[in-house]
Amino acid sequence: MAASIALRLEFGGGAELLFDGVREHQVTLPSQSEPWDMKQLLVWIKGNLLKERPELFVQGETVRPGILVLINEADWELMGALTYQLQDQDNVVFISTLHGG
Amino acid sequence: MCQVDAEYNDKLDARSPPSGCFRDYFVHKFRAMLGKNRLIFPGEKVLLAVSGGSSSCSMLAQVQQGLSKDAPKKLRFFPGIVHVDEGGVTGQSAEERRRTVAQLESIFRATGFRFYIVPLEEVFCLPGHVLGASCAPPPGSQGDYKAAVDRFIQSTRVGGGSAPSRQGQEEDSSVREAQNLLCQLDTEDPPSGTLTVDPQLTGALQKLFNSVKSLTAKDDLLLTLRQHLVVHTARTQGYSMVMMGDSCSRLAVKLLSNICQGRGASLATDTGFCDCRYGDVGIVRPMRDYSSKEIAFYNRMFGVPSLFIPGLDTKSPDKASIQRLAESFVTRLQADFPSTVSTIYRTSEKLQTAGGSRSADAEPTAKCLLCLCALDTRQAEASAFHATLVSEKLSQKRTPESCPADRPPDGQSCASAGGRCCSSRSPTPTDLKSLLCYSCRLTVQDMTATEFLPPYIVSEAERRMRRSQMEEEIAEFLLPEDDTEEVA
Repeated sequence: MAASIALRLEFGGGAELLFDGVREHQVTLPSQSEPWDMKQLLVWIKGNLLKERPELFVQGETVRPGILVLINEADWELMGALTYQLQDQDNVVFISTLHGG
Repeated sequence: MCQVDAEYNDKLDARSPPSGCFRDYFVHKFRAMLGKNRLIFPGEKVLLAVSGGSSSCSMLAQVQQGLSKDAPKKLRFFPGIVHVDEGGVTGQSAEERRRTVAQLESIFRATGFRFYIVPLEEVFCLPGHVLGASCAPPPGSQGDYKAAVDRFIQSTRVGGGSAPSRQGQEEDSSVREAQNLLCQLDTEDPPSGTLTVDPQLTGALQKLFNSVKSLTAKDDLLLTLRQHLVVHTARTQGYSMVMMGDSCSRLAVKLLSNICQGRGASLATDTGFCDCRYGDVGIVRPMRDYSSKEIAFYNRMFGVPSLFIPGLDTKSPDKASIQRLAESFVTRLQADFPSTVSTIYRTSEKLQTAGGSRSADAEPTAKCLLCLCALDTRQAEASAFHATLVSEKLSQKRTPESCPADRPPDGQSCASAGGRCCSSRSPTPTDLKSLLCYSCRLTVQDMTATEFLPPYIVSEAERRMRRSQMEEEIAEFLLPEDDTEEVA
């Protein structure tokens, strides 16, 4: 049984528009039998935090192309992208690079 | 984010990622881009067009860092900042606009540069000569650039204190440079946060954009108006160069969407490093080597402040406009094939305008009214353009009103330069067509009514039409250009 995990989520670059304009979220993921990974986190965000237009954030199983994901200030691709297993007090940042310039 | 380090280390120390070499690489690219294209002469005044987004704020931070005292080999130009507030078009409330402007002001004030925040409504106050491209002074050759740099360095080293020690000389030069910069700093306060915009102008702007049906045309029109406003600000405030913050990814998308819109002839000017279509004001794009991912990382790691300002196509679906479609195409392809953007970018680097210097001397009437690129619509009978015209004619029902019979009475044609013509009707789309390039024609065609166009466009259009009418009338009296006989 994995304990519940506290995470800090941040949204930037315009992604916050889909979350009612709130950029920072302190969330606690409920405990479950397997450790949480990024794929499950995305599903959780889509179900619990995302307020509108899910297709602008999540595409299929992964984030929409153009949205940068940083886990503890490092590119998530270095950590395994969707398969990365979340740990307590991790900081996950979603930055949309599609807007602005 | 240093991928080199990650390759060599199995376990990435996530708490403190190595950022030193990334920072050096990022800064170096900016300097190299400016240094390679020796277009910005020392002492020149350069206007930075900052939209508030990540790319332009990153550019601002680079310039700020490059001009700071402890930078090795400081940059040598004098910057100003301009921001065009487009809240009137994107439907933001006055309160939201004020808030955004206040946030931007605090960012700009922290840099210490002179800044101008211009609401888009000011396009209704622009003078007509914004669209008349004046002849540019010829860009300096390499020899000129080196000489200019030497002169600049000399002027900062000249002065008292002929101390033989190198340290003394450096101190003097830094004092002198500080004095130079102080003279450039304006002592009057820039206007404060209350952005007073005439609600009538906001209404006029909204009417203009509501008369445009498709999002593609709206985007195009917005870009054109914004650029005119920025160039006008540069001209009136004495800036000879404008720096835009277009990143590599953005330019790749722009390249593709421009081709789709029919702007293929002006690809080189639209996406190249230097855009000289406005003659006296040159537009450069120093950020064109950075992908949006790099910029986002840099901003995040080094705390570069930026804002998110909603635009016309925020939250719009993928197929809402050509620009959005191109963007989603490129970004999706990039996710699977990371070399997409750089391939498109490298291709765009190879584009050059054929006969570039010739177009700078061309008659103003041979340039498009809106985008100031060379008119590409005077093609021969056997061209693709002619074929589009023919098919357009055939697929429309010809009604008697659409015949171009409504010309002003010839007896009253005012040939005096700049004189107000007696006809007070605004140019119809048919009239404007002859003055526009292919893609600007499509944009104007998309408008339900052209009377909402800002006055400066209308007056410039009228002026050019009058001029071409006059030329037609006196054509038979003009000597042909290749006639070498002397008139007795």
